[in-house]
This record gives sequence, structure tokens and C-alpha cells, in this order.
Amino acid sequence: MFGDDIVMLSRMQFGLTALYHFLFVPLTLGMTFILGIMESVYVMTGKQVYKDMVKFWGKLFGINFAMGVTTGLTLEFQFGTNWAYYSHYVGDIFGPLLAAEGWMAFFLESTFVGLFFFGWDRLSKVQHLTVTWLLAVGTSLSALWILIANGWMQHPVGAEFNYETLRMEMTSFADIFFNPVAQVKFVHTVAAGYVTGSMFVLGISSWYLLHKRDLGFARRSFSIASAFGLASVLSVIILGDESGYTSGETQKLKLAAIESEWETHPAPASFTVFGFPDQENEKTDFAIKIPYVLGLIATRSLDEDVKGLKDLRDESVGRIKSGMVAYDNLQKLRAGDKNPTIKSRFDEHKADLGYGLLLKKYTDKVVDADAATIAKAANDTVPKVAPLFWTFRIMVACGFTMLFIFAMTFYYCATRVADQKRWLLRMAVWCIPLPWIAAETGWFVAEFGRQPWTISGILPTHMSVSSLSADQLWFSIGGFALFYTVLLIIEMYLMLKYVRLGPSSLHTGRYCFEQQPA
Amino acid sequence: MFDYETIRLIWWVFIGVVGIAFALTEGFDFGVGTLLPFIGKNDVERRVIMNTVGATWEGNQTWLILLGGAIFAIWPAVYATLFSGLYVAMLLVLFSLFFRPAAFDYRSKIEDPRWRNSWDWSLFIGSSLPPILLGVLVGNLILGLPFHFDQDLRSFYEGSFWALLSPFALLCGVTGLLLTTFHGALFLKWRSEGAIHARAVTVVTALGPMLLFALAVTTLWVFVGIDRPEITQMAATDAPSNPLHKTVIAKGATWFQHFMAYPWMWLAPIAAFVGIGLAWLLGKGESRMGAFIASSLGVVGVALSVGFALFPFLLISSTDPGSSLTLWDGTSSHSTLLLGFWITIIFLPIVLLYTRFVYRIMWGSVTEATVLKDSHTLY
Repeated sequence: MFGDDIVMLSRMQFGLTALYHFLFVPLTLGMTFILGIMESVYVMTGKQVYKDMVKFWGKLFGINFAMGVTTGLTLEFQFGTNWAYYSHYVGDIFGPLLAAEGWMAFFLESTFVGLFFFGWDRLSKVQHLTVTWLLAVGTSLSALWILIANGWMQHPVGAEFNYETLRMEMTSFADIFFNPVAQVKFVHTVAAGYVTGSMFVLGISSWYLLHKRDLGFARRSFSIASAFGLASVLSVIILGDESGYTSGETQKLKLAAIESEWETHPAPASFTVFGFPDQENEKTDFAIKIPYVLGLIATRSLDEDVKGLKDLRDESVGRIKSGMVAYDNLQKLRAGDKNPTIKSRFDEHKADLGYGLLLKKYTDKVVDADAATIAKAANDTVPKVAPLFWTFRIMVACGFTMLFIFAMTFYYCATRVADQKRWLLRMAVWCIPLPWIAAETGWFVAEFGRQPWTISGILPTHMSVSSLSADQLWFSIGGFALFYTVLLIIEMYLMLKYVRLGPSSLHTGRYCFEQQPA
Repeated sequence: MFDYETIRLIWWVFIGVVGIAFALTEGFDFGVGTLLPFIGKNDVERRVIMNTVGATWEGNQTWLILLGGAIFAIWPAVYATLFSGLYVAMLLVLFSLFFRPAAFDYRSKIEDPRWRNSWDWSLFIGSSLPPILLGVLVGNLILGLPFHFDQDLRSFYEGSFWALLSPFALLCGVTGLLLTTFHGALFLKWRSEGAIHARAVTVVTALGPMLLFALAVTTLWVFVGIDRPEITQMAATDAPSNPLHKTVIAKGATWFQHFMAYPWMWLAPIAAFVGIGLAWLLGKGESRMGAFIASSLGVVGVALSVGFALFPFLLISSTDPGSSLTLWDGTSSHSTLLLGFWITIIFLPIVLLYTRFVYRIMWGSVTEATVLKDSHTLY
């Protein structure tokens, strides 16, 4: 229907702008909570240093927050500009979730962020603390709604196709809200945000400790970050495992691709730690496997199969054939045929309508597909294994490295010797990028692993795009590249400048660079 | 609770409310940003101007985000058609909005005059381009857009970005900019003292007549120069949303006759002219809050005039009138509209309540003394 280039360019633009947006989101999620914790300590103890901590880390948060706001706007525009058919097809479900995010989260964040920065002298201590926590709650609520929306794209429940309006419509809001995939994703993702904030504060505080600057300030920040970080990283890992379990039930192809599991092996399946996936020959070279583990992760049992990619592809063939029947009857319904057997035939097969639409890539009519075409479409349901296999392992490696760092720093904080463990401080500085790498690879696994669908099993990606020309897409991609590059340079410059200045940027006269030699 | 027809009408009102809230609040933010480099003659003055909206611009901008989200949720076909059809224009709006958060947050973080000057002009672009582009957009809503749906309800757009810039649409763009600048000048006049206050009065005095003239020409042009399509046959107002189930003729009753058919609709243009006229008269004198309230009435009047004029259309197709979207056949399902209704009924008052709290806390003029005292925390 559309040239592959339109679909490719649209995907590239969405992928890059979404990943770019997510450079700023996790830090906002984490920093607002850390600011809330620091300010709570300030209100409880009345110690000025905690107020200075809120103000200084708040400055860094502000530099990041502006970018989050800027790049978030893009995403809201982009469903309409670039994914118009998607917006028509699932707007009935996806739209309200986004609107709910606006009402409940965006307003909370953006109304109170101004008071957070400018309300210090106009609010009582407790009032200001409340503002800070509302800001934190707002950011996490925002994540809740967008992950319910994303969870629905991965595992669409509580909706069905309406042949009169030619789109999906909501049947149960409760099912959509309590979608197990969404709930697990939400906790996994916000906890990853908390880890990002913790790693950021921990790393920068370590740098001050290494340079023997602002010790009291840095030590207190360091210990808050290590404790909050440890709790968060444990949640991320536990919920990541839970994510594996829900995928085992709902997104079998993605899970099998992550594991490079071509064949269905007798239960319990073993976990491939390492290897080289070979898509063409459908095998994994030099695989190193741990027995039982995949079966345990995906099914929580020792006697259930984890289906391999080849068997899952065979299942797709059956669903495509059923989807062709659905599509055929839909055409008749649309032409005004009132025969009740057509309606019942359609209802019988409509769950597979999306699989029928996969054929649109090869034949506009759908119903005339031959066995070879069906096989091609079925093959499309198997994601590209190697990119998923590797990004997943990078994410997990980052997670466990951070678990190690937070466990060690927490332990040494508790025993009050963290300052002396210079190797650990250095490691904390160098590992600042890890949470970002983990978050970006994690989203890659989730979204790339859903291909060829935008809505899993319902709407193929190649159908979802707007009717645009390649020129228009190059215009927008060029614009994003230009603005995002310039903004990133400016943001990094400011961030580094303020990190170097440290708390002296508050001009209180109490910190490094401000004290006159006696 | 509500039947499908009623809830569709309620949502037309709700989206109008969100649109008006956006025009009112972001409207004066845009105006203040547009005037920044002209009214502020030195760094301290510019900081004073920025800080009159400093703590609240972000909340105000959320009305735009909510407007987008609500249209997506309630009128998905409108969202899909408008945003993809006007691809380049929408991206230009987006790109110009990029300038705003960074300009506010980054400007005063470095003392270099060139740095600060660049951000001042960035804020100017980010505050003046969107009202122009949104004005052009409104003009094209009246003129109709060249789109149609195929059998799968996929929308196709036949125009280009340049085709949007017709003389009438450009006039609407200019009117949009005049409106936000006038509204912003009155806000600035209210919340500042001394030299800035005096310059804001000068701007109000000069812009008032220009804005009234532009509005009068626009209105006249709509009444005598533009065709209005008319629905001759359509499915019931509570039928499933499918825009292809109706017949529309390109040239029906005129826009004037449309207003005559619903005489109460005249209240909107009357509010627009009276509000802005009054704001001008009061704004030239001593009045601060009174003049701003009058111009707010004017902004509401302008927004309502556009909504009423289009009723029951949401998007008019100029090339295939039958594909036009109306508030009866362009909505989401009944259950989604009801769900959205409850979310709105609960959260709209809460949002208004805490927005009011924030405005109350930040009440009062910003002066040079305030800016100099909090030099390291303010914008």
C-alpha cells in the first residue's frame, strides 16, 4: 500500500524521538522522588544542608525537566502526524489514556513545578514539601497512564473491532487498566527511573567525595542515593523477572526471540546465556545454556513448554487463514449485506482480523493470498532475533552491575567507610551512563520485539502510518535532528557546568569555591 | 446515564472549554513572550517580564497538551486527519514550541549577554509563531481542507503547506498574533510597574484599534466571501461514527444565514468586539485587572465565534464535502465518551482549584527589586 520507505522512515522517526525523550524521563521520575526524600529530611530535622541539597539537585533536575517537556510534546503530536491510521483505528482506547494522563499527571507536574522553584519564600515548610511530593506523584502518575497505553499495545485487552466504524472500540476500561502487562511494566519502568535518579546523585556525589569537596553535602546525598537506589534496583530486577513471566503468557514470540529459542524443547526449557543467533538458518551458534532457567522464568513451572519460534510461526499461519475469512466477511458487511450468517462468520473469526491485515503488505485484496504469500506474512510475525537477543542482555548486564554498586555503597555507608573506598567511588562515577543504557535497550526490546505490529495481533505497523510523502518525512526528520542535537549540546553544557560548580551555584557562601582562605 | 447524542454534544462543549482555557492562559503567555525583546530594554527589565509568567507558563501550556489529548480521545478521526494532513504546519508549531521551555529555564543560568539575548529572541519566536500558525489553521478550518476518506476510513490529504497560506488564512494568522499580543500586553500592564508598565500601556493603545479592524475585516470576509457547506442528509445523531454515511453539498446557506438560524450564536461575536473594545478603552487608562478581564472576554468571544460558526462541523472537506467530520459522526464510541466525561467531571475542578492556588501564591507585581534580590533562583 505504502512504499516501505514511508513505513521505515516513520518508524525511524518515532523510534529516535521516543528514545530521545526517554533520556530525560527516567531522570525526572527519579529526581523528583529523591528531592521529596531530601526535603522530608529537611522538614523533619530542620538542618539547612538538606534544604541546600534540595535546591542544588533541584537545579540539575530543572535543566533536565525542560528537555523532558520539550521532547514530550513531540510524542503527543506524532501519533496524529505520522500514525494517522493508528490514531483512527485505536483512538477510542489509546486516546482516553493519553487524555487521562493530561488531566491527572501533566497538570499536576507542570502546575507545581513553578511553585517548586519559585515558592520557597511564599510557602510554609510543610506546604513546600507538599508541592515537591505532588510533583513527584505527578511524574509517576504520568508514567502510569502512558504505560497502561503501551501495555495495551503489547497485550490488547478490553476492546473489540466494530465493523460499522471500522476501528477498535473499548469494551472494558477495567480490563485495560488492570492489564497485567501494563501493571508490571509500570512498576518496572518507574523503578528504573528511580534507579536513574539514584545513580545520577550517587555518581556526582562520589565525584565530590573523590575531589574532597563539600564533604558533608556530598556524603548525605550519597547515602540517600545509595539506599533509595538499592531498593529501586531490586524492584526493577524483580519486576523485570515478572515481566518475563507475563511475556511468557502474552507475547510468546517476543520472549522466544529474546531467548533465541528456535525450537520447542521438552520442558523445562533451558536459558541461553550467550550465543550468536543466526536468523537465516534459524539456529543459535555457540550457545551456552543453563538448564531449567527459561522454563522457570516464563512458566514458573518445570513441566510446561516454552514454545520455539518455528512452532509459533506455524500458529501464525493458522491465524492468518482465519483472518482472511474475517476480512472477506467484513467486506460483505461493509457492502451492506445483512445476511446474519455473514455477521456470525465474521464474529467467529474477527479476533484474527489483524492477522489477515498482515497480508495487505503483499496483496491489497487479502482474500486472494496463496500459500506462499501466507508463509511470507507468517514469517513476518517472527521478530529479528539478534538485535533483541543482544539488547536484552546489555540491559540485564547493566541492571546487575548497578545492583552490585548500590549494594556495596549501601553497605559501606552503613559501616561509615564509604569515603575511603575510592575504587567504588570511581566506579560509581564511571557507571553514571548505565541506567540510561539499560532504559534505552529495555524500550528497544519492548517495541522492536512487538514488530510487525503496532497493536499486537490487531494492527500491523505497515498499516498504521499516515498517508505522507517521503519528502515530508525527510523534512521532519531533518528538523528533529537539528533541534535535538543543538538542544542536547546546550543541555549537556549546562548540566556539566552546574555539576562542576556544585552547591556553590546556590550562592549561599557556605560551599567550596566560596570560602575565603583565612 | 447520557444517551449517545447528548454526550456527543457535551463533549463538543468540553473541548470548547479546554480550547478556551488554552487561548486565555497560553494566549497571554504568548503575548508576553512576543513583547519581551521590545518592551524589555535591558537584562533586568527582561527578567522582570519573564518572571511575570515564570511560575505559571508551564501549567498554562498544559491546556494545549490536554487539547491535543482530548481531541485524540474524543474525535480520533479529527486528530488523525488534521495532524497528518497539515503535517508541515503542525511540525512548525511543534518546532516553535521547542524554543519555550529551554528559553525560560536556561536563559538566566549563564550571565553572558549574547547567551541571554539569543534566548530572548528564541522565546520571541516560540511565542509569536504558534499564534500566527494557529490563526492560519483556524482560517483553513473555515475555508475547508482538501481531504477525503477511502473505504477503510483512511484519510488522504491533497493539499500542501503553501496552499494553506491563502490571503484569508494569512489575515487570520495576523489576527491571531494581534490578539495574543494585545492580551499579553494587558497582562503585563497589570503585573508590572514603572517603565515596563508604561510601555505596555503604549502597546495596548496602539494595538487595540488594529485588532478591532482585523477582526471586523475577518468577520466581513467570512460573511460575504466564503461558501459554507451544508448537510442535506445524514445518519441519526446517535448512529455509530462513520463520516461516510451522509451527503453534504459544497455551497449551502451562507455563514451569515447560519448565525441567523441560531440567533443566540450572535452573543459570541458581540462578546469579542465588546470585550476587546472595552479592554482598549480601560487599558489606555488606569485599570489593571478590569482591562485584562475585558480582553479575556474578548478572547472567549473570538474562540466561541469560531466554534459556533463551524457547528455542527469539526473539519470541513473542501474537495469531498461528504468526508467532512461533524460532532455527530466524528466521535469515539459511546462508552469512551462516558468514561471521558467522568474523568473530566472529577479532574477539571481539581485542576482549576490547584491552579487557582498557585496563582494566588504567586500573586502580585514583579519588580526590578524582586528580580535583583532572588537573582540566582528566578528566571
